[in-house]
Amino acid sequence: MATIISNRRVAEGIYVMHAEGHFQAKQGQFFMVRGWDSYPLLSRPLSVYDQDEHGVKFLYKVAGEGTQMLSRMQAGEDVALLGPLGNGFPAAEGRTALIGGGIGIAPLFYAARHLEQADLYLGYSVEVYEEHEFRSLGHPVEIDLGGMVLDRVNFDDYDTIFICGPEPMLRAAQMKSAMSSGRANVYVSLENRMACGIGACLVCSVSCENGRKKACADGPVFRAEEVVLA
Amino acid sequence: MIETTLDTVCRIGEVTFKNPVVMASGTFGFGKEYGKLYDLSKLGGISGKGITLHPKPGNLGIRVYETPSGMLNSVGLENPGVQAFLDEECAFWETLDTVRIANLGGGTVQDYVDGARLIEEDSQKRQQEGRQAVDLIELNISCPNVKAGGMAYGIKTCIAREVVREVRAATTLPLMVKLSPNAEDIADMARMCEEEGAEAVSLINTLSGMKIDVRKRRSVFENLYAGLSGPAVKPIALRMVHQVCQRVSIPVVGMGGISSAEDIIEFIMAGAEAVQVGTYNFVNWQAGADLAEGVERFMLAEGIRSLDEIRGIL
Repeated sequence: MATIISNRRVAEGIYVMHAEGHFQAKQGQFFMVRGWDSYPLLSRPLSVYDQDEHGVKFLYKVAGEGTQMLSRMQAGEDVALLGPLGNGFPAAEGRTALIGGGIGIAPLFYAARHLEQADLYLGYSVEVYEEHEFRSLGHPVEIDLGGMVLDRVNFDDYDTIFICGPEPMLRAAQMKSAMSSGRANVYVSLENRMACGIGACLVCSVSCENGRKKACADGPVFRAEEVVLA
Repeated sequence: MIETTLDTVCRIGEVTFKNPVVMASGTFGFGKEYGKLYDLSKLGGISGKGITLHPKPGNLGIRVYETPSGMLNSVGLENPGVQAFLDEECAFWETLDTVRIANLGGGTVQDYVDGARLIEEDSQKRQQEGRQAVDLIELNISCPNVKAGGMAYGIKTCIAREVVREVRAATTLPLMVKLSPNAEDIADMARMCEEEGAEAVSLINTLSGMKIDVRKRRSVFENLYAGLSGPAVKPIALRMVHQVCQRVSIPVVGMGGISSAEDIIEFIMAGAEAVQVGTYNFVNWQAGADLAEGVERFMLAEGIRSLDEIRGIL
């Protein structure tokens, strides 16, 4: 059990939870999180937004019953955390861009904090949040509100690109990558529904060029060209 | 572990389980992942991910959807095939101090028989070298019968009988048949398994269910229907286990929504020899260890020395 240090609302339906504990999460990894006993049955996979000497932070969006319950929790209450899980982002080489759409910006913060150089592209649909935090990292940050954040990025300017966002955005990124010169190694972080989170149940299956992979144990980060999006 | 003289042992033929807590097929992989979270020797047994003669990629699209007190799954039996299971997982299984159950599915009777033969041959080879990886075969007859137009073997007793008979003849390993709650008459199905020489039956597999996305105006699942599990199905499972126990004298392994030690006790009181735990693994990642200990605590608190004292008392 991890005690909640803080759980603050940063925008409509968007929260940052800080949970106490000593973790050694790598960039792009996630935790299975639950703040309740039995119901809902499944824990919620949340990517690591940040990590400090006090614990781990999650930037999350209220999307259903589970995240709704998490959002109502107060400092001092306990959440159960299983993790860190998954493989996370690979080492970034050369010029690097991090592109996030919506709540998909969450894993990029911790990744950016560990990079000497990174250009951040953050796309929001309704309201901008955590802008100050992202800018405090000292990297160039480009914000898009209501448009297509991908349109602001020239893939050929980069050697490594990390992307996390809704599936239509990932599909568009695949297209863009296919039409680019191929300079950049493009990686996507997926947000599949999960049950066990550790590779046992196969419900988070991802169609890949070489067959099925598990978003939890083989991912959640994959090479953009290897994933077959529905 | 509590220091006691409690007798929690369960038996299927000559296979002895140290306690009644067996991990259900499809929720526990082959045990490696959970083995990193807790000591698997605390378990009565593990039923591995369902395997078929040939590898299966499983279903496309969304594979899990939560429902009130339950979940629907549509994994579609994704598995590496029997041979890959024997080659890649059984070395790990040899090291386990718990009952190891190979869960076998198939699309044709021949698939089932060939799969069972492969396991049998591998088992004999290991035995000659003083090793063992599989203690028991659990036959999953909920698979769609290719020849009968895709209707599951597990629906009609007469169709299931052939599979059970042929697989029984193909292996000397103890055989447990996993029954579907979608069967026309589950007690009749269990009786057939006993007649055909199965050592045990396990029940219930998931209940066929459905979820419609009303905005997209289509089923959430590519395969239209999905399997319902979790606490929502427990009363039905318990009733079916009770009915089956009235009809057969072979051991019955009960499952369906078990989420506490008291749930396990209920199944044993209904007549089950042992139980399987599936969905609860996703609720509590140390489910097996907690439940095994919970059963002992319950026995201590209630002054029960042996599970035999309460088995089938209803």
